[in-house]
Amino acid sequence: MATHDAVQELAVARGRSVTRFALTDALFHGATRACAILVLVILGGVAISLLAGSWTAISQFGFSFLITESWNPVTERFGALAPIYGTLMTAALAMVIAVPLGLGIAVFLTERCPIVLRRPIGTAVELLAGIPSIIYGIWGLFVFAPFLQQTVQPAIIATFKSVPWLSSLFAGPPYGIGVLTAALILSIMVLPFITSITRDVFDTVPPVLKESAYGLGCTTWEVVRRVVLPYTRTGVMGGIMLGLGRALGETMAITFVIGNAHRISPSLFAPGTTISATIANEFTEAVGDVYTSSLIALGLILFIITFIVLAAARYMLMRLDARTGG
Amino acid sequence: MTRHDKRKLTDRVMMGLCAAAAVIGLGWLTLILGALLYEGLAGLSPAVFTEMAPPPGEDGGLLNAIYGSLVMTVIAVALGTPIGVLAGTYMAEYGRHSRLTVVVRFINDILLSAPSIIVGLFVYELMVTRMGHFSAIAGAVALAILVVPVVVRTTEDMLNLVPNALREAGTAVGAPRWLVIRSVIYRAAQAGMVTGVLLAVARISGETAPLLFTALNNQFWSTDLNAPMASLPVTIFQFALSPYEDWQRLAWAGAIVITFTVLGLSILARSLTGPRRER
Repeated sequence: MATHDAVQELAVARGRSVTRFALTDALFHGATRACAILVLVILGGVAISLLAGSWTAISQFGFSFLITESWNPVTERFGALAPIYGTLMTAALAMVIAVPLGLGIAVFLTERCPIVLRRPIGTAVELLAGIPSIIYGIWGLFVFAPFLQQTVQPAIIATFKSVPWLSSLFAGPPYGIGVLTAALILSIMVLPFITSITRDVFDTVPPVLKESAYGLGCTTWEVVRRVVLPYTRTGVMGGIMLGLGRALGETMAITFVIGNAHRISPSLFAPGTTISATIANEFTEAVGDVYTSSLIALGLILFIITFIVLAAARYMLMRLDARTGG
Repeated sequence: MTRHDKRKLTDRVMMGLCAAAAVIGLGWLTLILGALLYEGLAGLSPAVFTEMAPPPGEDGGLLNAIYGSLVMTVIAVALGTPIGVLAGTYMAEYGRHSRLTVVVRFINDILLSAPSIIVGLFVYELMVTRMGHFSAIAGAVALAILVVPVVVRTTEDMLNLVPNALREAGTAVGAPRWLVIRSVIYRAAQAGMVTGVLLAVARISGETAPLLFTALNNQFWSTDLNAPMASLPVTIFQFALSPYEDWQRLAWAGAIVITFTVLGLSILARSLTGPRRER
C-alpha cells in the first residue's frame, strides 16, 4: 500500500513539473518572439515618429519642399534641395573613388596576396571600419583639409583654369573644406565595408571554376574579369550598395569638413551641406515648430533613401547566399 | 607586340593596380593613426582622466565626459543586450524556419547599417519632446537601439553554429527546450555571444550623432540620469569645432582615448572567435 502511494505521489509530482516546464517553455518562447517582433517595432516606430514629426513641414510646404533650394530660418522658408544634392553628390563621388579601390584590394587579397600577409592586411583594412566617424572628422578638419587647401587644390585650380568645363567644376578659392573633401573622407570610410564584403563574396567562387580557366591558359586578370566578377556580380553589387547606404547616412565626419552652406555650387571645392550634416548642425539650435519639423522632414527623406538602398543591398546579398547555400 | 604579350601586359598592369589599391588602403590607415598619435599624445596627460572639462583658456581634463560615456554605454548595453539575445534566440531556435525570422533578419540587417542620426531623431521624438528636456537616459536609449541589431546578428549567427546533436542530446535526457537553450546552447555559444556584445560596445562608444539631441552635453559633473550628460564623442565634437587651442588639444586627446578603446575592443572581440564576417 505504502509503495503504491509513493508511486502515485511521484507520478503527480512528475506531472506537475512537466506542466511547469511546459509553462516556462511557453513563457520563454513568448519572450523571444516578443523581442524578435520588437526589432520590427523599432523600425516601424522610427518611420512613424519621423512622419509625425515632419507633418508640420509637409503640410506647409508640400512637394515644393523637395525642389526648393532656399533654407531661411528668418522667413521660415525651407527647402531640402541643397542638402539632398549634397548628400547624393558626396556619396556618388565617394563611391566613384572607393569602388575601384575596394574591388582592387579584394582582388589583391584573394588572388595575389602572399598567404602570410592575407590575414594582417585584411584585418588592417577592416580596422579602418572600426574607427569612429568623429575621428575621421577631426582628422579631416585639422590634417586633411589644410593639406588639400595648401597643396592639392591650388594645383588643380591652376591646371584646369583654361579648360572650359573643368574650370567651373574646380573653381576656387581653395577653402580646404567642401564637397570634394567630404567625398574623399567618405571614400576612406566606406572602403573597408566594400573591401570586406567583396572579398567574402570572391571567396565563394568555387576553386574548380578558377582552376579550369587557369588551365585554359588565362592570366590572373582574365580569370578575375571573365570568371570571378560574372559569378559574383550580385554579391559585389550588394556590397557596393551597402557601402552607398553608409555613405548616404554618414554624419559626423561630413559635418566637420563640408562647411555647412545651404547652396548648390557647381564647384566641387565650394562648401555645401548634406542632410545629416544639416540635422547635426542645426537641430539643437532650431527655434520654432516649422524649423524643427523641416529638419525632421530632412531626416525622413534620408530614412527613405537609405532604406531603399539598404533593402536593395540586402536583397542582392540574400540572393547570393541562397545560391551558394551560405 | 603579339597577342600573348598584350594579354600578359594587361595582366601585369591590372594586378599592379590592385596591389597599389592595397597599398593606398593601408596608407590611409597609417596616415590617420599616425596623425592621431602625433596630435593626441601631445595633449594626453593624467589630467585628461582626473579633471573636469575646463572653460576656454584653462587647464582641465575630460573626466565628466568619460564618466558620461561610461554610464550611458553601460545602460545601453544593459537595455539592448537582453532584447538582442532573446530576439536572436527566437531566430535561431524557436523560429528557425518561420516567416517572421526571415522578415526580422531583413529588417535587422537594415537597422544594422541605418544612419545613427535617424535613431537620434527617433529618440528625440519619443522621449525628449515628451519629457520636455534632454537627458542621459534618452541618450542611453538611443545607444541601446544601436546595440540591439549588432547583438541580434551575432547571437543568431553563433547559435546557428551550435551543432544540432547538442540540442538532440539535451532533449533526449528530457530537458525542456528553454532549459536546453539556457544551459547547453548558450554555454556552447558563449564566446561568440560575448563577441557580439563587445562589438556592440565598440560600435556605440564612438557614436556621436545619436547623442547630439538626446543626451546633449554638459560642461559640468553630473550624475543625474534625468539631466543632460556629457559624453566623450559630443565633447570632442564641441571642442574640436571651437576656436580655442587648448580645447582643440583636449579634443585630440579624447579622440586618441576613443580610438584606442574601440580598436582594443574590436581586437579583443576578434581574438575571442577568430576571423568573422561583418556585413
